[in-house]
Amino acid sequence: MIVLNVMIVIFLIVAALAIERTKDLLSAVIIFSVYSLMMSVLWLILKTPDVALTEAAIGAGVTSILFIAVISRTQRYEK
Amino acid sequence: MNDIIVKSITRLVIPFLQLYGIYIILHGHISPGGGFSGGALIGSSLILYTLVFGVDRAQKKFSHRVSEIAESGGILLYLFVGALGIALTGNFLSNKAAGFPLGELGSLLSGGIIPVLMIGIGIKVASTMITLFHVLIQEESQ
Repeated sequence: MIVLNVMIVIFLIVAALAIERTKDLLSAVIIFSVYSLMMSVLWLILKTPDVALTEAAIGAGVTSILFIAVISRTQRYEK
Repeated sequence: MNDIIVKSITRLVIPFLQLYGIYIILHGHISPGGGFSGGALIGSSLILYTLVFGVDRAQKKFSHRVSEIAESGGILLYLFVGALGIALTGNFLSNKAAGFPLGELGSLLSGGIIPVLMIGIGIKVASTMITLFHVLIQEESQ
């Protein structure tokens, strides 16, 4: 279980760096939603299922939709 | 979005999403989850409806007037139940000391005021989610 834990944490660090490096904001939002999904798996491993449920609904679902709505009203590429 | 597959699947999925949200809200005191998680689920089901059927039809089902009433009503329910504790014992949200029936541990009707609070939070969170999305989407058409 510790191996899975460490792998997810390394994935989260890589995903966070990728979000920061990406110039295409739509790709950044998609990577962010993957980040939230893996974060919710990590919460489940850390035995907090209620936080995992909230993270999956808010982080991966509603936040991505709100970000995409904002991108559709501004511009897609970072200058 | 004018796609028959997306529309049919949405019609099929939305009742189950909302049922799951209501289940999580009502079981907030005996299983993981609670008002916030269940409300977020119901809110995202309404967002799915807006995405598929357009903001105008969604506004007919859940207009700003309804969401105003739902948001204020949810938080007022919470504050009313909390103030009931002040009136009975002097502490905000006092549960067992105020004499509310606690019921049997693990059954659905237990926990005193907690299920009522969960319902209030669920209504508020669901209507907040859908209002945020509608406000962001609608600005363009005006």
